[in-house]
Amino acid sequence: MTYQPDRSQYPNKKADGSLDIDLKSGKFLKLWQGPQHPGITGNMSVELTVCGDEVVEGITHVGYLHRGFEKLMERRTFIQCFPIVCRICVPEPDFNEYCYAAAVEELAGIEAPEYANWIRTLILEMGRINSYLMYCGGQAGSFGMGVISQWTTYVRDLMLDRFEELTGARIYHMFILPGGVRDRLPEGFAQRMEETLCEIESTMSDVYNTMYCNAVFKKRSVGVGVIDIDLMDAYGVTGPNARAGGVAKDVRKDQPYLVYPELDFEPILGQDSDIYTRADIRRQDLLQSVDLVRQILAKMPEDGSLMAKIPSVMHWKIPRGETYIRGECSRGEYGYYLVTDGSGYPRRVNVRGPSYTHAMALLERMIVNLNIADVAGLMVSLHTYPPEIER
Amino acid sequence: MSIRDLLSPFSAWKNILRDPVTIPDPLNDRPGSDRYRGFHQNDNEKCIGCGTCEAICQNGAIDMLPVDSVATKEGDSGLRPRIDYGRCCWCALCVDVCMTGSLTMSNEYKWVESDPDAFRFTPGVDKKFWDNSELGYKRPEEHRLVSPERIEMREMNVESRIDSFAEIVHGYSIEEAQLEADRCVACGLCIATCPTHMSIPDYINAVREGDYEQGLRLLYETNPFSNVCGRVCTRKCESACASRHEGEPIAIRWLKRHIIDQIPHEKYREIIGDPEPSTGKKVAIIGAGPAGLTAAFDLVRKGHEVIVYEAKAAAGGMTRYGIPEYRLPYDALDRDIETIVSMGVQIVYNTRIGADIPMQQLTQDFDAVLLAIGLQEGRQTRIPNSDHEKVYRAVDLLDKITAGEEFHLPHCAVIIGGGNVAMDIARSIARLQKQQYGQVDVVLTAMEEQQHFMADPDEIKEALEEGIIIQDQCGPQGCEIDQSGKLIGLKTWKVLSIFDSEKRFAPVYDNGDETIHACDTVIEAIGQFSDISLLGDELTEKLEWNRGRIQIDSDGRTSESWLWSAGDCVNGPDVVHAVADGHRVAASIHCYITAD
Ligand SMILES: Cc1cc2nc3c(=O)[nH]c(=O)nc-3n(C[C@H](O)[C@H](O)[C@H](O)COP(=O)(O)OP(=O)(O)OC[C@H]3O[C@@H](n4cnc5c(N)ncnc54)[C@H](O)[C@@H]3O)c2cc1C
Ligand code: SF4
Ligand code: SF4
Ligand code: SF4
Repeated sequence: MTYQPDRSQYPNKKADGSLDIDLKSGKFLKLWQGPQHPGITGNMSVELTVCGDEVVEGITHVGYLHRGFEKLMERRTFIQCFPIVCRICVPEPDFNEYCYAAAVEELAGIEAPEYANWIRTLILEMGRINSYLMYCGGQAGSFGMGVISQWTTYVRDLMLDRFEELTGARIYHMFILPGGVRDRLPEGFAQRMEETLCEIESTMSDVYNTMYCNAVFKKRSVGVGVIDIDLMDAYGVTGPNARAGGVAKDVRKDQPYLVYPELDFEPILGQDSDIYTRADIRRQDLLQSVDLVRQILAKMPEDGSLMAKIPSVMHWKIPRGETYIRGECSRGEYGYYLVTDGSGYPRRVNVRGPSYTHAMALLERMIVNLNIADVAGLMVSLHTYPPEIER
Repeated sequence: MSIRDLLSPFSAWKNILRDPVTIPDPLNDRPGSDRYRGFHQNDNEKCIGCGTCEAICQNGAIDMLPVDSVATKEGDSGLRPRIDYGRCCWCALCVDVCMTGSLTMSNEYKWVESDPDAFRFTPGVDKKFWDNSELGYKRPEEHRLVSPERIEMREMNVESRIDSFAEIVHGYSIEEAQLEADRCVACGLCIATCPTHMSIPDYINAVREGDYEQGLRLLYETNPFSNVCGRVCTRKCESACASRHEGEPIAIRWLKRHIIDQIPHEKYREIIGDPEPSTGKKVAIIGAGPAGLTAAFDLVRKGHEVIVYEAKAAAGGMTRYGIPEYRLPYDALDRDIETIVSMGVQIVYNTRIGADIPMQQLTQDFDAVLLAIGLQEGRQTRIPNSDHEKVYRAVDLLDKITAGEEFHLPHCAVIIGGGNVAMDIARSIARLQKQQYGQVDVVLTAMEEQQHFMADPDEIKEALEEGIIIQDQCGPQGCEIDQSGKLIGLKTWKVLSIFDSEKRFAPVYDNGDETIHACDTVIEAIGQFSDISLLGDELTEKLEWNRGRIQIDSDGRTSESWLWSAGDCVNGPDVVHAVADGHRVAASIHCYITAD
């Protein structure tokens, strides 16, 4: 987004180029958006400096949700880390399970069985659907359309039922663990999943009519919050945020993992890079994931081994090594950097969540010159989850 | 923007006629899914209190606590997991790792209580409405976090071992030992069952860490016969091992042997350390078997002077003169004995107390005396013609084999007995026959059914592989002798039952089902007894007795204040019990002689 000096005559630039914001002048107002605010994407806040209804500076504040997972993991055995990683990202937890398991497997020289990889892929796509459903509700809500989130929450709940019968839990599944997965598909799962997918499709068609074909939504999102194409690399923009600007980044294609090579799909691209395009890319991504789930259930083997042989977990040591495992979550590139030192504990774990770049640096850059009323819409449109910023 | 964009949002109105989707809770019951990870349940009959669930719980949600309804017993700590739902995250790692499969989860997830402390509870002990729920998370069969299978031990194959007394078992490589050590969950249940309470999980940890010196130090804390026990221990510990419930027990014995094998013998002394300064007290020990030598080892380390009198030309007792070389090579036994001797224990060989030195002499010359004479004499069946010269006692023949004495090797031998001693003599004779005659001809007869033999199942399997014929349920009735007085066979009747309703020995035979096992030699392997003639009439009269054995107290002390007894002659039945006994009496003797 280019700086439009004609919109406001304030603030002036000082000789050194920095902004001359003098609160005592009465021209500016400090406004805190969050951490308790319906228009914020979770537990973070933006310290806005406004001039009239226009934002002239926005500083992000995080730290409300820091739980120290990376450090905690340095004091836990490799198996004990498995139940905590999902908590790093509440709305799409399974990516953590997958990345952690794959990193451990790589350093320990273990290969997860094929059947387990199909189930892992299935779970990741189910998670993507849920994450987008949550996003749709949030994006609509940020522009004052409350009903959409009620619809998407309902179908998300149906998907949670599928998660529950497959993994034994609704939110924190703790199902993908180093070596494989915990269990096979329950009897009749594909049938019930199909019913759920149909419900989701029908809801999404309603959402399309009421949200995407809605004059108000269009008015407020088209042309607003544009990410300049030359910002993409500098700010590490990935996922739908990048694809909405025509940048074909999708780890599932660029560096295929699990069973993605066997699935038929093309990354969905947009052009305008504004809030509306990003929303539309996510809607289409969601429907693509519905299709991917169908493909997986049709193509996956009937049965197979769940777990590779892993060392006895009580004394599991992993030789010195380091690796970075990445994958495409609903918000972009998600990665785990794992260092092992031959002991029974990870030496260092670093979680690379897309929200870190999108919700902090990028947002600060884009928020300038926005109307206060559009701040929430912009934030949601970057689709960020603070728990995964802070870990 | 089009006209559609203005109108289409109104399609939301179509929902006005739809039923609400919200589930009114708690009016509607919504059960958790079949594999839902809900509230815990524990089958307390199955649970052994190993605490592996506690160890794996990364939330510290589990505490192992004693409970009223469960008693501590062999292989069961008597503790049970108490779970704190203020901490639990329902990850079910505890269920996955549970060594017995006793811990599972129900699919219940609603539990309302006004007392917050109620959410700290002991599943299976504190009764809950979800107990015995069929649904809920149970560990899938192949989902194992601790390997159930033992690392296989490499051994000599049948062809190469049948004419050889070389050791059958090769021992673990370092990699194999570490993999096996990794299976141990360090619960410590085995320690209580080991008669001498070896610190098993600690020395297994030493294997895992590759710290063999620490391993050896730990072994010597409780067992100076680790070379022997690492090879032939009856391994009571393994029958208490947590890992046996859902797989094979940890190969505790082989890991002990592995430690021993890794350290050069010259370094033992340095690792074990020196004895304490001399106290000037003197102790006499009769018998250089495991019991006597263990006591001697402990006492010299305490600074006492110890003299061991041994009737035979070498030390070790039955571990040398009974156990065959293919199970326990002499050099392994020698390493244990040399270490004990290097601490300052003096052994006087070829000296039989009672014959060469009278018992009274010892009472005069020493502050305390320990009787550790084992069971040297073989029991006899006393069936007709069993006094024939070609009817031997197994221990006598094993003794001759060790001592290298000449004896007439049977062409065709029949053994009476189904225990380990019977297997030892059968397999020794078979090896000698193969060496000298080129073929094996040994028949082993026993009263029990084969699956109830006292012998170790591995011994039976290997004996059969080596060509020994086992005939079970055969009660010996007499030895058959031809007119020239030559032994030609053993007559047996089929055994219908061995014990009566009160479990007393009262065999019932079918005398119509008679077998003559043709042979030129019969070997009796039905037990041993002690030769106590060394005590002399006066002492025998003075001592208190208990069913033919000298009466001892819990410290191994006899009714005479200066005399202790240990090992097979009072307790038995194996090396590790003899070692445990040795420690016990040594501690008691030490207290006694240092009392003033
Ligand atoms: C054939 C056989 C196989 C066995 N296999 C195993 C096995 O695999 N595992 C296992 O754990 N156990 C086994 N045992 C049992 C084990 O050997 C004994 O339990 C153990 O040796 C007992 O030790 P001890 O010191 O009490 O007696 P012993 O080992 O019998 O030692 C007693 C010593 O006292 C000496 N002695 C006796 N009288 C006198 C005297 N008057 N003066 C001086 N010295 C005297 C004897 O010569 C002997 O050296 C086996 C026993 C036999 C017979
Ligand atoms: S792991 Fe299983 S057997 Fe061991 S204490 Fe826990 S519940 Fe009991
Ligand atoms: S379910 Fe997980 S957190 Fe709960 S007690 Fe078991 S191991 Fe601990
Ligand atoms: S050897 Fe078996 S019983 Fe002993 S500590 Fe290890 S697992 Fe527990």
